[in-house]
Amino acid sequence: MDGNIIFILKGMKLTVNLYVVTMLFSLPLGILLSLGRVSKNTTLSNIIQIYTWIFRGTPLLLQLFFVYYGLPVVGITLSPFAAASLTFVINYTAYFCEIFRGSILGIDPGQYEAAKVLGMKYWQTMIRIIIPQALITALPPLSNEAISLIKDTSLVSAIGMAEILRNSRELVTRDFSIAPFFICAVVYLGLSTIVVLFFKKMEKKVMI
Amino acid sequence: MFIEINNLSKQYLEGDIILKNINLNIEKGEVVSIIGPSGGGKSTLLRCLIGLEEIDSGDIKVPDKKKMGMVFQSFNLFPHKTAIQNIMESLIVVDKMDKSEAKKIAYDLLEKVGLKDRADFYPKALSGGQKQRVAIARALARNPEVLLFDEPTSALDPDMVKEVLNVIEQLRESSNITMVIVSHEIDFVNQISDRIIVMENGNIKDIVVNKKKRQVS
Repeated sequence: MDGNIIFILKGMKLTVNLYVVTMLFSLPLGILLSLGRVSKNTTLSNIIQIYTWIFRGTPLLLQLFFVYYGLPVVGITLSPFAAASLTFVINYTAYFCEIFRGSILGIDPGQYEAAKVLGMKYWQTMIRIIIPQALITALPPLSNEAISLIKDTSLVSAIGMAEILRNSRELVTRDFSIAPFFICAVVYLGLSTIVVLFFKKMEKKVMI
Repeated sequence: MFIEINNLSKQYLEGDIILKNINLNIEKGEVVSIIGPSGGGKSTLLRCLIGLEEIDSGDIKVPDKKKMGMVFQSFNLFPHKTAIQNIMESLIVVDKMDKSEAKKIAYDLLEKVGLKDRADFYPKALSGGQKQRVAIARALARNPEVLLFDEPTSALDPDMVKEVLNVIEQLRESSNITMVIVSHEIDFVNQISDRIIVMENGNIKDIVVNKKKRQVS
């Protein structure tokens, strides 16, 4: 039994790595793209809109298959982890972009006017006044996505990566016992609890 | 003339005319109030002066935008910044002043509006009257020659109106800032203004010269 738990927990390393990489890249990219999305440059805004439409409108698993099995067709072969990271970053950036866009649009127009009459330029206003406030109002929807991401990492088992779910399933088929699935559930629940608590703390800290 | 408005007209896309052929000159150091019923174009005229609204026809001559400040009905303080940071913001970002210098100026301004002890409070921890006083201090940070007040006390509880009006009156006594004030506080307007403009339906209906004030200045 202990051996089983350790085997499942070994998969956690991969889950956590993928989680951290995805968050680390998707959050700043999401902010950057949201700025393009709300900018007056309609071409840029439309291109980003098409991007978020595609990546939010198709299954993440399908996107993963495209990157992992599809790219080699055009001569680009990625390791499973690289393929998973790339797919997850592109997919989550699309969600984060739309979340930040919503938060930016929710900021009182009076904030732009106040900044303008103080002589601030558009970019100064966005960086110093709008984005910091949008980050705060984005916390609740971000927290939802952050929890989804934990569970979505299980999809990489489909390209043969030994993460929590895959390791559990291996034990289930080997031992004819579903106990490993319970362990697996507890591990996911533990991870998402950490994320929930983290966001709760953040929200408490920065609410204005 | 310091501020010149010639044949200014503006209408919304739907066709409603907001400003009809406005002509108005304002001298340096003059305090002009605009009164009249809601929807008469008072705020729009003010917003045209500082470039928050586009004009359709006519022209406006104002001093450099750097020399103009505005106080809003809903304060529009930056909620993620403390009172003093709100005031320092334009000095640091626009004037590239270093932080310690900006802080000194901001403290002096907070003292001027009687809120030195609230320097490190966030806007949510301030009363409406205090917020508007911080907003006035923020508008003063870059040493404006013109200050526009857009119904500065309309969003306040009655018991906080006085503290804000007092600050504006003090400002009038202690500086030579040209002020254009949209307000419904008739006693205050009579007391502080050199001239009172009455606007209705996008027109200037009447201009009343405050003789008492005129003699003083």
